[in-house]
Amino acid sequence: MAGIEVTAPARATRPADLIGRILENRHALGVLMVTPALLILAIFLAYPFGLGVWLGFTNATIGQAGHFVGLGNFRYLLGDSVFRLVVLNTTLYAAAAVVCKLLLGLLLALLVNREFRGKRIVRAIMLLPWIVPTSLSALVFYWIYDPTFSVITWTLRRIGLAHGFINYLGDPNLARASLIAANIWRGIPFFAIGLLAGLQTVSTTLYEAAEIDGAGPWQKFWFVTWPLLLPLTVVVTVFSTIMTVGDFQLIWIITRGGPANATHLFGTLAYQRAIQGGFIGEGAAISAFVLPVLVAAVLVSFHYLRRE
Amino acid sequence: MRRSALTTALTFTLPLWAFLALLLFPFYWMLVTAVRPNKELYNLSLNQLWTMHPTWQHFQKLLFATHFRPWLGNTMVIAVGATTVALSCSVLAAYALQRLRFRGSGVLGVAIFLSYLVPPVILFIPLARIINELGLWDRPAALILTYPTFLIPFATWLLMGYFRSIPAELEDCARIDGATRLQVLRHITLPLALPGILSALIFSFTLSWNEYLYALVFLSSTESKTIPVGLATELITGDVFQWGPLMAGALLGSVPVALIYSFFVEHYVAGLTGALKE
Repeated sequence: MAGIEVTAPARATRPADLIGRILENRHALGVLMVTPALLILAIFLAYPFGLGVWLGFTNATIGQAGHFVGLGNFRYLLGDSVFRLVVLNTTLYAAAAVVCKLLLGLLLALLVNREFRGKRIVRAIMLLPWIVPTSLSALVFYWIYDPTFSVITWTLRRIGLAHGFINYLGDPNLARASLIAANIWRGIPFFAIGLLAGLQTVSTTLYEAAEIDGAGPWQKFWFVTWPLLLPLTVVVTVFSTIMTVGDFQLIWIITRGGPANATHLFGTLAYQRAIQGGFIGEGAAISAFVLPVLVAAVLVSFHYLRRE
Repeated sequence: MRRSALTTALTFTLPLWAFLALLLFPFYWMLVTAVRPNKELYNLSLNQLWTMHPTWQHFQKLLFATHFRPWLGNTMVIAVGATTVALSCSVLAAYALQRLRFRGSGVLGVAIFLSYLVPPVILFIPLARIINELGLWDRPAALILTYPTFLIPFATWLLMGYFRSIPAELEDCARIDGATRLQVLRHITLPLALPGILSALIFSFTLSWNEYLYALVFLSSTESKTIPVGLATELITGDVFQWGPLMAGALLGSVPVALIYSFFVEHYVAGLTGALKE
């Protein structure tokens, strides 16, 4: 009885008008609260996503709506030697960069997971490449890869390892390697900090148990750390793969896709054809080729989310 | 004993220093180039790794002979605007999805997570048309409204994790005392979720400050550009590079995010790892 007497007057203070009742209804209030976020995502994400797929099937140009051409753009692209080179470039760029970022990021995570003096400051500064604007660090790499004033060439010449000048961005394979190196530099911290978070959740008792069983450092890593770290590694790798395949700014600032289209990725070619060239339909079709990567990534992450 | 010291040096100290040198060298290079006078900059017989006579001339040129100052203003307005829009939407959405559990909230939560995976490369071409039709071309509003498309999914996901960690009993107590659902959110949940909100805020600001592709496509006139786009387009003209002012600009453009980051490093790392682990 006493309980009812306490709650009854309190309830009376809640508004009883229509708006008040709506705001007290879990379902109505819930829908109301997600509406602003959903509106923005619907207008500027879902709608352009659909529009982009549609544009890929049209011959739209800047200023002209265009009309449906079926698979015309895709058929044209598959016969286009530049586009085929872009598929090759993107595969090479993403595979090389993601593998190196994963290996180096894991190594760095294992290093800073130890106890040492200055641990906090090291963990803080190792993230810098990832937080500063990529377009600005791309400018630094552009300068580091200068054909005449490159600091790498200067150093190599000083210690006698090189005699002439190195045209980092003038040779197709050298340009690819240079851009992959810049991408790795930027991505290592992301892997390191993500994997470090995973390493910290591994209980030390597991390592102690492994030690009692006579496991060495390598065995401890392979049989204790790695299996526990795997789910997080998959998530980080999936994210990084999407970002690397969809990379734009590093390439556009440093090489603009050159020399001889050797460093063009889907994003830069789509920009060149659609925004600079005006062929909206063709550009949208090029962007659409990122979709299979996205779908594969979604399936993989769902698989792991369900297992968690 | 000596052997183990050597082992530590080879397997720990040396690799760690190598990593730090590799990761920090570009910043060092940015700094020494920004303060190096032209006659030292383009003279290969001098020691390239050090600047003998530091100068402010590149900063002066950058600040008074280029559009850097309007770019700085634009970048600030856009980053603050986009962060405000994204965070207001995300706090409400995350609370509704995590706490109210209304009909359809499960599906919506997954949909918002999936939208986080859509890269801007897929969206920029159709978005350019939409921005044009809405009459937002070359205006800050174009970016303030489009940046939330990658900020909201991230921030919502992050905040849902924070709301989950707040005991529901606290909210139930307030409800029993007669608080409305909105009062509970304002007086109980939000103050407790402040660290999470701060993480989302810092992250959103940094991502908006750094964005390049949308800013390149949706802004066309020189004075309306942002720093990431403006520097590369105005200071790289044909074959004439102005490396001094360019590096000065790269330095000044990186300082705001680096400063915010250094003050809130714990929140930043918590945000990044929290979003990955959720």
